[in-house]
Amino acid sequence: MLECHWSVEIYNHLKAAGVRQVAYVPDAGHAQLIELFQADRDIVSTVLTTEEEGIAIAAGAWLGGDRSVLLMQSSGVGNCINMLSLAVIGRFPLLMLVTMRGEWAEFNPWQVPMGLATETCLGAVGVRCMRAEAPEALVETVRSAAKLAYEADQQVAVIIGQRMIGQKKW
Amino acid sequence: MVSDIGEAQSALGRRDAVAELLQQRGDLLVVSGLGSPSYDVHAAGDEAGNYYLWGAMGSAALVGLGLAQACRQRKVVVITGDGEQLMGLGGLATIAVARPKNLTIVVIDNGRYGETGMQLSHTGLRIDLARIAAACGFADVRTVDTLSEVSQLRRTMHQDATGPRFFVLKVTADVVERSLPFRDAVHGKNRFRAHLGLPVS
Repeated sequence: MLECHWSVEIYNHLKAAGVRQVAYVPDAGHAQLIELFQADRDIVSTVLTTEEEGIAIAAGAWLGGDRSVLLMQSSGVGNCINMLSLAVIGRFPLLMLVTMRGEWAEFNPWQVPMGLATETCLGAVGVRCMRAEAPEALVETVRSAAKLAYEADQQVAVIIGQRMIGQKKW
Repeated sequence: MVSDIGEAQSALGRRDAVAELLQQRGDLLVVSGLGSPSYDVHAAGDEAGNYYLWGAMGSAALVGLGLAQACRQRKVVVITGDGEQLMGLGGLATIAVARPKNLTIVVIDNGRYGETGMQLSHTGLRIDLARIAAACGFADVRTVDTLSEVSQLRRTMHQDATGPRFFVLKVTADVVERSLPFRDAVHGKNRFRAHLGLPVS
């Protein structure tokens, strides 16, 4: 696994942007970011049984004045589709960080269909996708996406290419 | 007491139950699940502290969780239906693990899908949501079917808790005239945030 310095930078930026709640279904690519948030007493971290729960939590958090971020793997995007109606029709700020599977040196064929469909599904329901393939670009992309979400009331998914995360080691 | 037969045998009307629950609500914040629970909450009195869902089935309890985690000093109640909660069963585990002390989930349980022709739901086919919530570890779980018990729940709901509460109100499966809140989710959001003194974009 590559050194995940970008996790620290993303964490620092989201903290500075005023994020108070984080919801996630774990992914190896998000492991370091999840640890950073969990160790932060000013952040409420919510572990989910399925990714669409996080769309609802993000809406509730915004109703109560909290900025939030939702972490998931590409397979989880498929679980979210109808729930995203809430974010889109309510123009709730939504920032999703999606780590990709099924697209780069993938060994598990079961990850491929949803990996192929991730951006199409998000776009079809009205969520903007912003893809990053390198750490420097990712940090910039998260900055831009956070502003679009929290200040322009957009629903944004930052797509983190599998090439950057590295191959899963067995 | 409620029979262990899932088919509703209660004499409690849903409108009476929700009106009683929201009496003297003070600064309570309310999220309502799609369909009849949103109509019930609207019929009890349209308030800026209500957020009415018209879709996103399975989301109500979790919208309540995000809100409760953002507003620790306010009490939050989610009023939803058995079908809506059944679609978000995993959310009960998520809420129990998150363990907010200011969140009450109230399921208006007629054992049926009222919006689509009164087909039996899983609670109408013997699944007991309260036992699921208890197994998850909710701090206070009750099932009631009389107005006086609802009155007791209302008083409980306003008291401090050690963790999330889960109340099942067994109601009759009667068709009630609709009381329709606005459907504009952005308006509801902005009204709600303004009510809390938050910026509205």
